[in-house]
Amino acid sequence: MPTKLVVDCSTGAVEEIELTAEEIAQREADAEAATQAKADEEAAAAAKQAEKEAIAARLGLSAEELSTLLS
Amino acid sequence: MANTYKAIATVTVGSGGASSIDFNSIPSTYTDLLLVTSCRSNRSSSYRDLIQLRPNSSTTNLSARALTNDGSSVSSGTATVINGGMATASSSTASTFGNSYCYIPNYAGSTNKSFSTDATTEDNSANIYQTLEAGLWSNTAAITSISLVPNVGTQFVQYSSATLYGIKNS
Repeated sequence: MPTKLVVDCSTGAVEEIELTAEEIAQREADAEAATQAKADEEAAAAAKQAEKEAIAARLGLSAEELSTLLS
Repeated sequence: MANTYKAIATVTVGSGGASSIDFNSIPSTYTDLLLVTSCRSNRSSSYRDLIQLRPNSSTTNLSARALTNDGSSVSSGTATVINGGMATASSSTASTFGNSYCYIPNYAGSTNKSFSTDATTEDNSANIYQTLEAGLWSNTAAITSISLVPNVGTQFVQYSSATLYGIKNS
């Protein structure tokens, strides 16, 4: 069973507590959402890059020339 | 550390790992807080994982802006979680840990709470990731607890550690 470490700052006591079924489900949902958010972010970045390259191609610029222009 | 810094509590993860590290009952007697972490998560197929910081266990009204460097390029972005630090992950060199500092000024005050994070994962190999992040919790409650949770991984692995410092201005 997964556990969490809980520190009581008023006493310094540290407890290792098993997660409840609800907490486990929430952690799994959170992790899945984070993975999806990262994938969405990367897809958006890739789409933006592809759009830049398409514009550069229409202008007759190489990737290096585009990079120089944007730096 | 200057003598205005006091280690309130420190914790090291044991052999079974930990899904979160929770600092509860944080005293309100300090001016600021500083969280120092050395963490590694079990996130698979990656060399890094973000450490979510949840003030008073909150997952709402959180926002952040970050500047990041992955060793070959720099970028910026926004998020709806507070990044309390970075952890290395399963693809990182064994026994390497991310190191991070998160400063929380006026944590016990009655204004919205800001967070300033300086974090890096460096695994003595090809992978690095560095981030500077400004976070905001749009909530005026005093911070009395802090939860640290891996963003994608499900656990912090053994020997991950976190220390919470209280800072007084005199």
